[in-house]
Amino acid sequence: MPSALAVHALEKRYGSVHALKGVDLSVEEGELVGLLGPNGAGKSTLVKIAVGLVRATRGQAEVVGARAGSRAALAELGYLAELFRFPGWYTADEVLALHQRLAHSEGGDAERTRLLELVALDDARNRRVDGMSKGMQQRLGIAQALVGSPRMLVLDEPTSALDPAGRRVVRVLLEDLRDRGVSVLLNSHLLSEIELVCDRVAILRAGEVVAAGSPAELSRPRGVELETDEGTRLVEGATREDAPRLVAEAVAAGRQVYGLRVLTSTLEDTYLEAVGDEVS
Amino acid sequence: MNPVLTIMGYGFREAVRRKMFTVVVLLTAAFLVLFWLAVRYVFGRIGSIQPPGDVHVDAHTFAGAFLLGLAMFATLFLGVVLAVFLTLGVVSGDAERGLLQPLVVRPLGRVTLLLSRFLGAAVVCIVYVLAVYGIALALIDVYGHWIPPFPLAPGLELAGGVVIAIALSILGSVFLSSTANGIAVFMLFGAGLTAGLLGSIGHALSSPTIEHASRDVAWALPFEALYQDGLRIISSNASGVTGFLLQLGPFGGAFVHGWGVRIWSLGYLCAALALAVFLFKRRDL
Repeated sequence: MPSALAVHALEKRYGSVHALKGVDLSVEEGELVGLLGPNGAGKSTLVKIAVGLVRATRGQAEVVGARAGSRAALAELGYLAELFRFPGWYTADEVLALHQRLAHSEGGDAERTRLLELVALDDARNRRVDGMSKGMQQRLGIAQALVGSPRMLVLDEPTSALDPAGRRVVRVLLEDLRDRGVSVLLNSHLLSEIELVCDRVAILRAGEVVAAGSPAELSRPRGVELETDEGTRLVEGATREDAPRLVAEAVAAGRQVYGLRVLTSTLEDTYLEAVGDEVS
Repeated sequence: MNPVLTIMGYGFREAVRRKMFTVVVLLTAAFLVLFWLAVRYVFGRIGSIQPPGDVHVDAHTFAGAFLLGLAMFATLFLGVVLAVFLTLGVVSGDAERGLLQPLVVRPLGRVTLLLSRFLGAAVVCIVYVLAVYGIALALIDVYGHWIPPFPLAPGLELAGGVVIAIALSILGSVFLSSTANGIAVFMLFGAGLTAGLLGSIGHALSSPTIEHASRDVAWALPFEALYQDGLRIISSNASGVTGFLLQLGPFGGAFVHGWGVRIWSLGYLCAALALAVFLFKRRDL
């Protein structure tokens, strides 16, 4: 079974700029992978190569075993671009109908209804795009990416224009897609969002993957916080395994233990360590 | 629905919503009203025109060919305006606005996408050019009872010229911004017409250098050659002084003509489209 997305030794040069320097990345079936990195790290270039908008200088990118950008690959793909626009005179329903025809989807009216409900736009079905807020257009973009039930979904900053409620809609949608076996590559600046929904995370810096793994794998122990009658004390270097011993030692020393918290680094800490001082 | 028809419809609807057709229809209506007045006036007064006795001019043929030449110039101009505004932003313009990317990632292929946009514009422009040419021809026939030999051929050649302008505009849109592309195609169009007029002047002055330059430009920009060939056809049965005068006028003189230029134009069109497709397939979006 080929990976939903497999990228190997991928390089991209724009003149003298080396945007990608041999990136390896894979997204397996039903996996939700987040892509992080500061501006100029090569995230958008990687995403655009995966969907066939940009040609790689070297290396390989395949979608469900087909060369990225080929018709076979595009038939398995749904994509929401970071900067996109639909013709303002189309209604939400017409946008989806247009993409159904281009994606050879036979879902018809039922599919459009289901997709508009998924992104909470069912009451805006006949509203024209130029009468929609940015957030509504972004949700329509996500619905458009889901036309034809793609096996691989690539979302480039899908929540940048959404309010907290809209982000929650998208988060629930992504979890639902994962449960249905759809693979997702999510490029986002919102670390909390990626931490909440992604199975794995890849952090890019200057065209290279500098850290990758599940959010749990990427987190590091930051000690154990012990709350006793003397106050709160941080035991640096201690891990979850040290917790019983620390409690026992405190009790043996006559302390009243009120609480204990195992501290780990957040994805934000890991990200900042990985990208150094680069401003995102 | 077939993806080709879907993209053709998409381009057509875009043109309708941007009111391109409204502008072109209004301009065309204004031209046709003025042309109708001119045809009525000219053929209404033609009986009173008395050329000198020693100059054997067929005033009827001269007026008919001259007026149709004028209509052909206006039709070509309006057709090229429509062609350019339908296609000047097909690649770079739409990519800059974010309209192109959602379409390119669909499994229809870049070749199909680009050629569908070309076909959509070509169908609209061919219908438009033939309609305007046909109305002009009908007005001359009704008021002047004059029809050129092979009356359909000049219209088809005008349509062919406009289709070449579409191909050039689509080719330019691959690597130029919308504004730069529009300017470039209109500059080429203007250069072609100017070279054609210079050719007529060179012919009148018996200047082989100017005629040669005009001929080279006509080969390089075959929409001009097709237009010249159309003009040649409408005056092809005018001989003697009438034919000479038509050749001297702004709507006469064809230094490149015949089947050679038609076949060259077809090859040129295919080459321009092939180059556009080649560049578009390699273009990062």
